Amino acid sequence: MAQNLRTLLFLLAASLLAQGLAWVLPPYFSQVFMLACINAILAVSLNLVNGLSGQFSLGHAGFMAVGAYTAASVNVFLLSPLQTNPVGEQVALILSLLVAALASGFVGYLVGLPSLRLKGDYLAIVTLGFGEIIRVVILNIQSVGGARGFIGIPDTTSAFLVAFTLALCVVATHRLVKSSHGRALLAIREDEVAAEAMGVDTTKFKVGAFTAAAAVAGVAGGLFAHYLQYINPATFGFMKSVEIVIMVVLGGMGSVSGSILAAFLLTLLPEALRPLQEVTKLDLRMVIYSLLLVVVMLVRPQGMFGRKELWDLLAKKTKT
Amino acid sequence: MEGFLQLLLNGAAQGSIYALIALGYTMVYGILRLINFAHGDIVMVGAYAGLFTALGLGAQEDPTLLNFILVLLAAMLVSAGLGFLIERLAYRPLRDVPRLNLLITAVGVSLLLENLGQVVFGATPRAFPEILPMKVLAQFGEVALNNQQVLVFTTSLALMLALEWIVLKTKLGRAMRAVSHSHETAALVGIPVDKIISFTFVVGSALAAAAGILSCVSYPKVDPLMGVLIGIKAFVAAVFGGIGSIRGAVVGGFTMGIAEAMVVGYGSSTYRDALAFALLILILLFKPAGLYGKYQPEKV
Repeated sequence: MAQNLRTLLFLLAASLLAQGLAWVLPPYFSQVFMLACINAILAVSLNLVNGLSGQFSLGHAGFMAVGAYTAASVNVFLLSPLQTNPVGEQVALILSLLVAALASGFVGYLVGLPSLRLKGDYLAIVTLGFGEIIRVVILNIQSVGGARGFIGIPDTTSAFLVAFTLALCVVATHRLVKSSHGRALLAIREDEVAAEAMGVDTTKFKVGAFTAAAAVAGVAGGLFAHYLQYINPATFGFMKSVEIVIMVVLGGMGSVSGSILAAFLLTLLPEALRPLQEVTKLDLRMVIYSLLLVVVMLVRPQGMFGRKELWDLLAKKTKT
Repeated sequence: MEGFLQLLLNGAAQGSIYALIALGYTMVYGILRLINFAHGDIVMVGAYAGLFTALGLGAQEDPTLLNFILVLLAAMLVSAGLGFLIERLAYRPLRDVPRLNLLITAVGVSLLLENLGQVVFGATPRAFPEILPMKVLAQFGEVALNNQQVLVFTTSLALMLALEWIVLKTKLGRAMRAVSHSHETAALVGIPVDKIISFTFVVGSALAAAAGILSCVSYPKVDPLMGVLIGIKAFVAAVFGGIGSIRGAVVGGFTMGIAEAMVVGYGSSTYRDALAFALLILILLFKPAGLYGKYQPEKV
């Protein structure tokens, strides 16, 4: 009980701090901060699949797209009567995010059930394929704008809500790892055959992790849609999936704090490199980005933190 | 019926290009168990190398077979060098780490090539000089066979036969097959494993460059992202045939090309690019090892 209270306090403190920052900082910075938080949510959710359960998904942007389009459609087509006062706006947003989570979780379940029979490279390719198929299907739905994109999504997100969702994901993942479900996932990552021999229902846990990750990605997509107020199928292509994978890998597969730190770094890096672009007159940002990925893989294959967490490292420092 | 035959012919021409690229995927997978995501971008680099050679030779004004062969050889040489470098710098240091890291490195190399390509060559597509103006060689009723298709067929067939000869009849090929069975055992009997892996990348990349040039013969356009889609489709072809199997890559390539021509001919072209993925997912769900692949259950 005390722990639950502490968790709740942590959640509120973190999100209030974020909202405070958003008020103090210039609008440009708070926009970048919110984008970084959304990316961090995506990274934390993918970390559940790629890091904790040791599977390799390359189609996370597809689930983000499902969430973004569902949230936008629900909010614009169904809940527009609520958009009269600030409270109604927030209720509508939260309802549409919940529906988005359900929808993308369901799609994640449908995709995960057959795909997770495969391993390693094959799984990566199949998830890539499903991600692209989701994108092509959305591209062909005219009622949500098709290739033109979805316009006119209400601007109702706040730094508070984004940071709150991120903090919620962190707490949930942290507690999952400590639970028997989390241990089962870790066992699958270490050795699937051995885990199965020990009585772990590997299919159930793998599909479960995949579904949860898809649902969270859907929420991130919904937040993203309301943050940008415009979404386009091209945003959720293969590149976006790769970007999320890069965040997880850079942070260290399985490390929650690593994923968050990497998501912030990689969102801020292109912004920080803007002056360079003015000097060289060339858009070298993506070159640096991809070079960084290869170099990190060569120099530090386990990512920044490996499987450790920021707090583990800090705790060790204080002990010695 | 004649429309069908024409589609079959067009599809087979495109399919032989896919087959050449698929061979590179399948050889690298066979020897390293790595999906070389950068392979499609090697096609792109080969096409650019061919473009600059053709411009240097003035092939636009002087479209001869000799010029075509020179362009082809230059592209194959440049791509082979690039393939060697990539293996040496990015993949070899990661021989002993989990394969997932290798896969991510391959994605990284692929992104690096695409973005470098956009910076160096510019993001706008460039026209490829028409090395061989199209000319209808034979007409059977409504079905036309043009000289470009003949060129594509003969070149790719020649390259595939050359590959078959290397793999099956030479000492190098025997070494390649041995390494693909087991690195350790091959090393024990005195095969220089690293050299053989380098050689595999060189051969695969040269084939990719040839495919790049051949696809430019019929679609004379190059851009830095041209390798992405063609690479993915060729990869699907390799998986369809059974990744690791050379015969499978060829069969898969032709199947892919023909299936695509049929979808465009009889269905909708918006779903053309989704076809590759749909095909991939079907084959992976029902026959993950592909047509000619061997299924190896995991041993404890």
